[in-house]
Amino acid sequence: MSDQIEPTRRDLGLEPIQISSVESVPVSKNGASSFGKQLLGFWVTFKAMFKKVNTVQYPEVKEPTAPRFHGRHQLNRHPDGLEKCIGCELCAWACPADAIYVEGASNTEENRMSPGERYGKVYQINYLRCIFCGLCIEACPTRALTMTNEYELADNSRSSLIYEKADLLAPLRDGMLMPPHPMYPDMNDTNYYKGDVLGFHPSQEVQT
Amino acid sequence: MTTAQLIGQDPGWIIAVKGLLVFAVCVLLTLMAVWGERRIVARMQMRLGPNRVGPFGLVQALADGVKLALKEDLIPAAADKIVFIIAPIISATTCFMSFAVIPVTGKVSLFGHETVMQMTDLPVGVLYVLAIASVGVYGIVLAGWSSGSTYPLLGGLRSSAQVISYEVAMGLSLVAVFIYSGSMSTSDIVAAQSKWWFAVVLFPSFVIYSISMVGETNRAPFDLAEAEGELVGGFHTEYSSLKFALFFLAEYVNIVAVSALATTLFLGGYHALPGLTFTETWLGGWFTLFWFFAKVLFFFFIFVWLRGTLPRLRYDQFMKFGWKVLIPVSLFWIMVVATMRVLSLRGASRVTVLICASAVVAIVLLVNMAYESSKKKISKASQRGPEIPAPFAVPALPNSREEV
Repeated sequence: MSDQIEPTRRDLGLEPIQISSVESVPVSKNGASSFGKQLLGFWVTFKAMFKKVNTVQYPEVKEPTAPRFHGRHQLNRHPDGLEKCIGCELCAWACPADAIYVEGASNTEENRMSPGERYGKVYQINYLRCIFCGLCIEACPTRALTMTNEYELADNSRSSLIYEKADLLAPLRDGMLMPPHPMYPDMNDTNYYKGDVLGFHPSQEVQT
Repeated sequence: MTTAQLIGQDPGWIIAVKGLLVFAVCVLLTLMAVWGERRIVARMQMRLGPNRVGPFGLVQALADGVKLALKEDLIPAAADKIVFIIAPIISATTCFMSFAVIPVTGKVSLFGHETVMQMTDLPVGVLYVLAIASVGVYGIVLAGWSSGSTYPLLGGLRSSAQVISYEVAMGLSLVAVFIYSGSMSTSDIVAAQSKWWFAVVLFPSFVIYSISMVGETNRAPFDLAEAEGELVGGFHTEYSSLKFALFFLAEYVNIVAVSALATTLFLGGYHALPGLTFTETWLGGWFTLFWFFAKVLFFFFIFVWLRGTLPRLRYDQFMKFGWKVLIPVSLFWIMVVATMRVLSLRGASRVTVLICASAVVAIVLLVNMAYESSKKKISKASQRGPEIPAPFAVPALPNSREEV
């Protein structure tokens, strides 16, 4: 018996704790001492009147969120401006609320949106359904989909809360070219993935 | 010339102006009180409170009132229509009436007419206030009953029981004031306090009145009639629009009314704070208005403070407190006060009075000590014996629980 390592019933919480064996502490005492303590409560509220208020005057004053706050999504770009999304739909599959709709399409030499074979042609996130759980971000194999700290997503129509690809794409920063344009010369999609491409090459600029 | 004679000389138009002023001041005070309460309670909870509508949110209450007035006025199908409509009117009209006997200023000149700001001076003014307060309960009871719904009925019944219970304590606490001032007229009572406020002389009465006025106005921590967690809105659950606004108005005017009465009876009415009596003649006597309202607002702050601090009492605790604590204590106190008064009126020496007073205090302390020690014995006797072993994994039996 003694060498058994099985948990006892008590460990599992099956055995009730003997209430009578627990030392009882009276909740309150009657009489003068209790009354004095109640008067102390008045002092607490009185003191609180002169403390700094916690209210944030929200629309006028905006406090930054926690750094990893789950806000609106963003579709990121490679440093030369090509999109990171490869249209794999893993985000859509991961989504427990079925809020993401993706249609992939093949890149061609004339119309290259992302390095590699495929890109996301249609990308929609329905913010009426999204629960901001972040599972899509965990599912994304290329870190194309991340979340921003933007939380002001209220609107007054259902259709305007379905965000299209254009609404979600990250803006072009310095050193980025608006796709479609060819890939960096002598670089393949693995180089892109590893972060070897740091900006665009003059040969990537194409007139359309 | 006494105050009553002075008021008796008022021409009709002065009386009309006074009536109008009472109404205007009460409504204005209510608007400010709602705003003030929300701001103060907010600060106690480290919030800001309404600060959007107007400067510092001052017209928030007015905006709420307009909103209420524009809302749909519903009358439930099961309601007794006539009583349902009359009830808020009773509440809202009676609450203003007690102001008729409250002296707000000393002698002033109103449009060149020498008078005091008090509509009438009844010889039984304080009884009149109590009577009016009782009539106001009808509004609540009838509202609860006529709604044809369970929660309002319970709320109305609670409220009536509450107001009736606490009115007894309130009335008893006032008896000491009557004994000391020798009058029931509000202006005489104020005049009797020109030297010492009754809040000092009759401190226990003041405490009892302060507690029972909170019970009387259905305010936290005694707001059982509208306990949201238990009764939704209490008696006004079924009310909407202007009828609800009337109840709302009545509640706040009642608060101001009991505060004004407390000021009149215990804090020297319109008299200035001791040591500042020279201010009473400023602005031709109108400065006494400031003192009166400063005292009323002090009481209002206490109301708000109570609401910000104390949780709501359970109904039975509340009733027990009213009937088993407040009423016996005030009965005993009245006896003491009456004895003292008679002794001093009969010309007993100061030493005799002091000996009597200290004897009373000693008796109270002895009784209290005996009571406390007997309670300790009882609690020791009720300590549990040996533990009952539980052979099987069963939930604890009710009798194996420690009595707290």
